[in-house]
Amino acid sequence: MAHANTAQAKTQFGYRRHPDQERSGANVAEYPVVVVGAGPVGLSLAIDLAQRGQRVVLLDDADRIGEGSRAICFSKRSLEFWDRLGVGDRMVEKGVVWSVGKIFHGASQLYQFNLLPEEGHKRPAFINLQQFYAEAYLVDRVEQLSEIDLRWRNKVIALESRNDGVALTIATPEGSYQVHASFVVACDGARSSLRQMVGADFAGQVFEDQFLIADVKMTAAFPTERWFWFDPPFHAGRSALLHRQPDDIWRIDLQLNPDADPVAEKQPENVRPRIERMLGHDKFEFEWISLYKFQCRRMAKFIHGRVIFAGDSAHQVSPFGARGANSGLEDAENLAWKLDRVLRRLSPEGLLETYHIERSAAADENIRESTRSTDFMAPVTRQEARLRQAVLSLAKDTEFGKRMVNGGRLSVPSVYDTPLSSGDRDDWRGGPQPGASMPDAPVTEQGGGSSYLTDVFIRQGTRFTLLEFGNGAAADVPDGVGTIRVGGEGGLIDAQGLAGKRYDAEPGTAYLLRPDGYVAARFRNAARPALEAALARASGLN
Amino acid sequence: MALSTSSNFAKPDDAFRAIVEAHRGLTDAQSADLDAALVLVLANHIGDLDVLREAIALAKRRTLDASQQQQQQQQ
Repeated sequence: MAHANTAQAKTQFGYRRHPDQERSGANVAEYPVVVVGAGPVGLSLAIDLAQRGQRVVLLDDADRIGEGSRAICFSKRSLEFWDRLGVGDRMVEKGVVWSVGKIFHGASQLYQFNLLPEEGHKRPAFINLQQFYAEAYLVDRVEQLSEIDLRWRNKVIALESRNDGVALTIATPEGSYQVHASFVVACDGARSSLRQMVGADFAGQVFEDQFLIADVKMTAAFPTERWFWFDPPFHAGRSALLHRQPDDIWRIDLQLNPDADPVAEKQPENVRPRIERMLGHDKFEFEWISLYKFQCRRMAKFIHGRVIFAGDSAHQVSPFGARGANSGLEDAENLAWKLDRVLRRLSPEGLLETYHIERSAAADENIRESTRSTDFMAPVTRQEARLRQAVLSLAKDTEFGKRMVNGGRLSVPSVYDTPLSSGDRDDWRGGPQPGASMPDAPVTEQGGGSSYLTDVFIRQGTRFTLLEFGNGAAADVPDGVGTIRVGGEGGLIDAQGLAGKRYDAEPGTAYLLRPDGYVAARFRNAARPALEAALARASGLN
Repeated sequence: MALSTSSNFAKPDDAFRAIVEAHRGLTDAQSADLDAALVLVLANHIGDLDVLREAIALAKRRTLDASQQQQQQQQ
């Protein structure tokens, strides 16, 4: 359908012949990593790897960034990852920031929630941004990095696993060619062709109800909040969602019956009256219309020999909770540093297995959460509908009822139960446990400039980093480990006391952060042998 | 805390009666609505997932036993 957006000029990319296409047989080009699929996950992974010094070939079978808004909600965690990739500011400047959600039942509001009710974080709970903007900004960043070779209209048509890597056959407008890669990362989406090539299945649950998703352009005075309705007056008996995007675009989701005719329901002339009933006027234009049956499923194993799956190719969830693109980005940040270490032979290949362990557990959690939300919106049995109705009616008068209403539980990073963590040996009353992502907090530089812990972590090189809270002399850290000191002589100043509070800090407290910003271990007093043991464990060395 | 199946009411008949009377005059559908709300209210009051799971298991075993008995009688 007609698609007019300001990113249009940036979304079309030309195919260019590459010298690799002249090579064949024993002369075929060899690369450490080939990433397949230039969506948000593949682009972000390629950038992270490149910033770690890896050469990356990034293939995409199209020559343009996908149409339609698709993913729109990007989480705090994703923004912190994009900060590390150098694109966070652009995303946040263009995106609309939000943290409040409201749930309505019928015509009246049941309750509202705030996803980030406290100050002192660099990034908001969420921004809404059309996926094509995110992809365009990531492509701009890719073009600044000579380590990445982005090849449009390069479609992988065959894959042959070898002991030490993978041979790929790639079709282009000028015929096919081969490359060899030590590792291939498949970020080629829910209908992944690489997944089929390795013969992996993709099992899970399909929901019967259909959801109509429309992006409409209109000027409206609704606040920048996520509004969700059960049984609204304009769409009786079903659920609805309204959410703002940049450029006066609004995302509208309408739940339809399982037996609705998908072809007819997608026609603009049939969608229009539904939206008119919702908005009470007809002053809007369609940007994008789509109709989905949601699926929740994942691959049994995310790693098949030297082919690794990330994002929608590995796992798929229903969209209520913003757990699709965000979990794919979490896959990318989890995989990049591990793959880099394995390619540099700093860690054994077994470190990659922890990518599967950590991210498949996260996928299970995302599937569980989004399945519960979808089931709540579309109860399966009559008694299930009755219980749902009871929750909605109890929510009017009771706090527990409000908290049981499930209009989508929004994405938060998983806490990894992982062999890379060293268990707590000291007493903690709070702070992030091993396996949790680092909380942000404002800090003041010695020179008086204000900053955030997440930014200081980036300046330390997004490597293993010891975050320590002042206690006289700096801890004795192994080579190659970054340090962030809060308090003490020469350290960052925790003027508001928020860093100390969020990390349950006492003088001498130290957190060993992984290169992806997750906590590997924490100590009340970081003695060198314990630190070395934790570092070895987090590197997959024992 | 484990599910308590000892008798907790001083006057069990009063408790049973209170529930029965709440259903008097209701259609089956209304009764089912009432039960659904009542289960949720009481579950929240208990506020312990392990106890709730035990209670569900006990109740479910009862309904399974009853349906098996029915089947045996029919045979």
